[in-house]
Amino acid sequence: MASSKAGSNRPLSPHLQIYRPMLSMMMSIVHRITGAALYVGSILLVIWLVAAASGPSAFETIQSIYGSILGQLVLFCYTWALIHHGLGGVRHLIWDTGRGFDHQSRERLIKGGLIGSIALTVLIWVVVYATHGATG
Amino acid sequence: MVQLNLPKNSRIVGGKSWPKPAGAKTTTEFKVYRWNPEDGQNPRVDTFYVDREDCGPMVLDGLIYIKSKIDSTLTFRRSCREGICGSCAMNIDGTNTLACTKGMDDCASGGTVKIYPLPHMPVVKDLVPDLTQFYAQHASVEPWLKTDTRAPGDEWKQSRDDREKLDGLYECILCACCSTSCPSYWWNGDRYLGPAALLQAYRWLIDSRDEATGERLDDLEDPFKLYRCHTIMNCAKACPKGLNPAKAIAEIKGMMVARQF
Repeated sequence: MASSKAGSNRPLSPHLQIYRPMLSMMMSIVHRITGAALYVGSILLVIWLVAAASGPSAFETIQSIYGSILGQLVLFCYTWALIHHGLGGVRHLIWDTGRGFDHQSRERLIKGGLIGSIALTVLIWVVVYATHGATG
Repeated sequence: MVQLNLPKNSRIVGGKSWPKPAGAKTTTEFKVYRWNPEDGQNPRVDTFYVDREDCGPMVLDGLIYIKSKIDSTLTFRRSCREGICGSCAMNIDGTNTLACTKGMDDCASGGTVKIYPLPHMPVVKDLVPDLTQFYAQHASVEPWLKTDTRAPGDEWKQSRDDREKLDGLYECILCACCSTSCPSYWWNGDRYLGPAALLQAYRWLIDSRDEATGERLDDLEDPFKLYRCHTIMNCAKACPKGLNPAKAIAEIKGMMVARQF
């Protein structure tokens, strides 16, 4: 509600600047951000697949970039974004059925989504490292 | 449209600090948003000290103390002082609530009571926002009983079970705490109806006596009016009456799907 017809010089009351950041609101913002990040992640995946289809030398180059410390860090973040957004999607599906709206269930779903996304991301990377080693 | 920062004329500049009341033993600090339409200045935040031994326990008591003892120009709405009229809705300690039901001691920010008008609204003066559009949105859901059947001689009857469906909805006092806590309403308040109007819409949608359900749903079937709700949940957390607009909106979305089959 940016303006009203009477008194166009009226200031807009502060909003984001003063509203207390709460986990539910933050998770909604992060859901948006991870959603946008997944576009970038998908492009990375396509590059990797195209490289694989182009032949051994192209694949080798991409593998070395993705396998570098920075590359792995990006992939780690991509994994988290994917899982966080996925779990967020599940939470929204539950809410779409009209369930999980009471205070306790709501907070549980939100906290569960956050903790779950971090735990699953770490778990996936631990498993990958354990089975394939650092070069995997 | 999403605009994260405030327009130039709305940015808060340094405010005035009023002296502590003489002889007061226990005081509580109040930081209150001020804007005077007549001085041509930007909004500011003034600091006041409320004498706790000369004042009731609620935030509204503090505001009344300031108005009667320190600065009579402080402007805010209030009426019932018991949480039923919804007039004193404002942003206190970072969340929207009623000043009359919020205790001063329940304000977490280190004993300071920070007060702003309801967020992202045009300010008329100090803590008074312009709610014209908010009320127009409520009116747009046609919040009254609509029937085609000829009116019965005595009254429209309803079973106990059907009446129970209105619990958690009819208690809404239209204070605007929920709608003005909602980021979707901040960014798209001109087209998104907001949690309060949608809760009211649902109140009539599930009323067993109402015969305009389809018509009401047709009106809400719109990318903005209803579907800008992204279950951010600020509304349910803000409601001073403990209602759950987020759930009401989810139920409307459910009705939209259910009527396809």
